[in-house]
Amino acid sequence: MTTATIDRQSRGTAPRAGLMTSFKRSWDKHWYAWAMVAPVVIVIGVLVLYPLGYGAYLSFTNANEMTVAKNIGPVHIPASYDIVGFDNYWKIISGQDGDFYPRLIWTVTWTVTCVAFTYAIGMGMALLLNRPVRFRLFYRLSLILPWAIPAFVSVFAWRLMLNSQYGVFNSMITQVGLPAQDWLGTPFAQKVAVIMVNVWAGVPFMMVALLGGMQSVPQELYEAAEMDGASPWQRFLNITLPGLRPVSNTVILLGVIWTFNMFPIIFLLLGQNNSGDTDILVTYAYRKAFTGVSDYSGAASYGMVILAILLVFSTFYRRYQAKTEQA
Amino acid sequence: MSATAHTGTTGSADPARSAAKPARRPGRQRGERGRGASVALHTTLMVASAIAIFPALWIAFISFGPKNAWTDPGGVLDHLSLQNYRNILHTNFPKWFLNSVIVAAATTVLGVMLSASAGYAISRMKFPGHKQLMWTFLTTQMFPMAVLIVPLYNLLGTLGLLDSYLGLIVTYCTISVPFCAWMLKGYFDTIPHEIDEAGRIDGLTPFGTFWRLILPLARPGLAVTAFYSFLTAWGEVAYASQFMSTNENFTLAAGIRTLATDQRADWGSLTAAAVIIAIPAALVFFLVQRHLVSGLTAGAAKS
Repeated sequence: MTTATIDRQSRGTAPRAGLMTSFKRSWDKHWYAWAMVAPVVIVIGVLVLYPLGYGAYLSFTNANEMTVAKNIGPVHIPASYDIVGFDNYWKIISGQDGDFYPRLIWTVTWTVTCVAFTYAIGMGMALLLNRPVRFRLFYRLSLILPWAIPAFVSVFAWRLMLNSQYGVFNSMITQVGLPAQDWLGTPFAQKVAVIMVNVWAGVPFMMVALLGGMQSVPQELYEAAEMDGASPWQRFLNITLPGLRPVSNTVILLGVIWTFNMFPIIFLLLGQNNSGDTDILVTYAYRKAFTGVSDYSGAASYGMVILAILLVFSTFYRRYQAKTEQA
Repeated sequence: MSATAHTGTTGSADPARSAAKPARRPGRQRGERGRGASVALHTTLMVASAIAIFPALWIAFISFGPKNAWTDPGGVLDHLSLQNYRNILHTNFPKWFLNSVIVAAATTVLGVMLSASAGYAISRMKFPGHKQLMWTFLTTQMFPMAVLIVPLYNLLGTLGLLDSYLGLIVTYCTISVPFCAWMLKGYFDTIPHEIDEAGRIDGLTPFGTFWRLILPLARPGLAVTAFYSFLTAWGEVAYASQFMSTNENFTLAAGIRTLATDQRADWGSLTAAAVIIAIPAALVFFLVQRHLVSGLTAGAAKS
């Protein structure tokens, strides 16, 4: 069977000749691997790539609630929307709809702030947990807890806590002398509130990933550095950070992607209170598709723009990452 | 908070430096702290832990009060009751709970199996297309749910999977599997190839090697994958509330929205529901937490 071939392949010593010469030979060699990934490929192909293609198609039309096919009782009304080319995209990019650039600026601010805070706090917590300390298990469990609570539950808890009239959060901050805020009311306070909740929910992932990364940094390096008289700060800069680089690169990339597309926190925390200023691109697109006269094509083109931004970002990020790893 | 974390770090690290000169303090082992540093460390960790668990504790506290306890948190202790819990038992809540358990359990099992076999194939067998597949896994993370939801709704409608468990389960798998396969690929990379070779020599098929030798070794990675898949399915709101149309078939996330319409929100019942919903998630968390640190990062460090 193919065992021997695969085996040699995995050690990277397989003869390259004939690898792509014929599909038949390739199939003989790789059918096993393809069979193992086939279920995933089929599921993703059908349920992600097909809808994505369909969404891309919608973004070139003027489909909305009035023009899509629908059934009113027994009467079937066929779709009446047309292809409009790049019209939707032009409306977005030229800033004609008046919403794109303000939303984009806020989305970028939100992503950068959230990722910076979650990474910094996650790093701090991981450093503290990575040393011998009594009750470490307790601390670790409590610090990871926000990750284990479903978002809609924790967001609901925050919603009660942040309530301007009865919320416990205002009573707490007035205790330490800060002025009470209408957290879920005014746009600026809303922005602070959603960032706060997102950071609260996002730190555990960063912390756990960085903690694991720290544990894989060889102890000998620290011992050698201590012998050479390196200060803790120097050891952090010259051993911990470089040792963590692969983990950091991955979690920052994932953090950016996830935060950029973070839906539940903003949507559920603000609900009907959202003045519109606190919408990031994703929640804005969702609102476009599901409130008022549903604008499916508009929402789809927003989605495609989001995807394009993230693709460009991750391509450049990985290129930069490859460069720093070589250096 | 980052400021405090920082102080804690340097504060507790300073004595470690002096400990590096054993001649001066012979009694202290390497990495040991002074009393002040210990206090700083514990204070920081305690404050952070308190911030992390407070919202959960707060909602649990409110839930044991009367119906409108959230407007008067101070009065909860004087009027302790299980009224909120009794109220939600009279709704469809138990049925929703069951639905959620079924959907989440199936997503976890299916998701872990799919992502493990794909991750293994990518890690061990350098077949044409494995790089593209890894790239696809990453890019599927970027697809905004807002674009996918309408086409997906139509597609599931055509397949007759709307308002059914199966439709929701496969949808959740598309969310969890790419990340899980990506992570497990990294975890499998850390398991020595010699183990596979030994298995082959003993006459196992590649799948046999994977199933009998590698999977048991990859338990930490699998635990994280299971945790992630379970949480994805357990806490997802948007798809669940669009795809499930009959009240009987709601999952918890979709169901409790009906308790809190914006016109008449029954916050009391909601707090009780939130507590009950958080319990299974916490249980799964405690089962896998031992593996979380090692499992997650083997993946992140290598990929």
